[in-house]
Amino acid sequence: MEIILQPWPWFVGGPLIALTLFLYFYFGKNFGASTNFETLCTIAGAGRVSNYFKKDWKERDFALLFVVGLIVGGFISSNYLIPNQAIDLNPTTIQELTELGFSNPAKSYFPDEIFSDEIAMSLKGFLILILSGVCIGFGTRYAGGCTSGHAITGLSNFQLPSLLAVIGFFIGGVIAVWFLIPLIF
Amino acid sequence: MKFLVLGIFFAIVLSKVQAISWFRFYEMFKFQSFHMFGIIGGAVIVSAMIMQLFKRGIIKDINGDKIVPKQKKKGVVRTLVGGTFFGLGWGISGACAAPVFVILGFKWLPALIILLGALIGAFVYGLLSNRLPN
Repeated sequence: MEIILQPWPWFVGGPLIALTLFLYFYFGKNFGASTNFETLCTIAGAGRVSNYFKKDWKERDFALLFVVGLIVGGFISSNYLIPNQAIDLNPTTIQELTELGFSNPAKSYFPDEIFSDEIAMSLKGFLILILSGVCIGFGTRYAGGCTSGHAITGLSNFQLPSLLAVIGFFIGGVIAVWFLIPLIF
Repeated sequence: MKFLVLGIFFAIVLSKVQAISWFRFYEMFKFQSFHMFGIIGGAVIVSAMIMQLFKRGIIKDINGDKIVPKQKKKGVVRTLVGGTFFGLGWGISGACAAPVFVILGFKWLPALIILLGALIGAFVYGLLSNRLPN
C-alpha cells in the first residue's frame, strides 16, 4: 500500500501508458482520447446543426465507458491514492512561478490562480479556462489527435502527420508558457 | 466493462506519475525537467515495440484479428496549425484530452469549464471542417 501512496517515478509512467495502449488495441479499438469531444457533441445534438456530427455515437460506446473510467479513476486517485500532492518541481520553475505571483507552486497538482473555484467563477478565470478548452477542442480535432492519439499512438507507429502534430503541440505550448502566461499573470 | 476498468487504470497511472499536473506541463514546456519527457518518451519507445508485434501479426486482438492501427489524416497545415492551437490550450490550462476527464475527479468546476470549452472547440471545428485547409 505504501508503494501505491508514494508518488510514482517517471520511468514507470511510460511502460504503464504503453500497457494501456496495448490493451486498448488488444480489445480491438484505436487508442486515443480527443475523438470523444466529437462524440459528446453528437450526443448533445450537434448533428441537427452540422452533418459533420451526424454519426451513430453508440458505435463509440466503448470510448465513452473509457471516459467514465477516467473520471472515476481521477476521483479515486484524488481522494484515496495521493495523500500528498506536493511535486518535486525544478526549484528554478518554482522561483519563476513565485515571481509571477503564483502562491502555491508545486505544493499541489494545480495552481490556485487557475484551478480554485473562486477564480474559475471570476470573469478572467472563466475566460482563461473556457478559451483554453476551445483551443484544445478545436486544435485536437483539426490536428486529428491529442497526446494519446498523436504523440503516443502516432509516433510509436511512425506516422509523419503525428510528428508534425507534436511539433505543433510544442510550438503552441512554448508560446503559451513563455509568452502568454507571463502576459496573463 | 473492459474499457471502464481500463479508463480507471489509465487515470490512476496518469495521476500517480503526475502527468495531469499543471505544474509538470509548465515545467515541460519550459524545458526545466526531464520528468514529462521521460514519461512520454518511455511510452513511445515501449509502444513502438508493441506496434511491431501488432504489425508482424505476433499479437492479435481479442477476436483473433490482426491489429492494424489507423493511418492518421495527412496534411501539413492541419497537423501544424491544429497542433499549435491544441498546444496553446494545453500550455495555459495544463489539460490535454484524457487528463481533462481525470481532472474532473480532482477539480470538477475548472475541469468542467475546460471540457465545455473543448466541446465548443470541437463543434466549431465540425462546422468549419469543409472549409479549413488541409
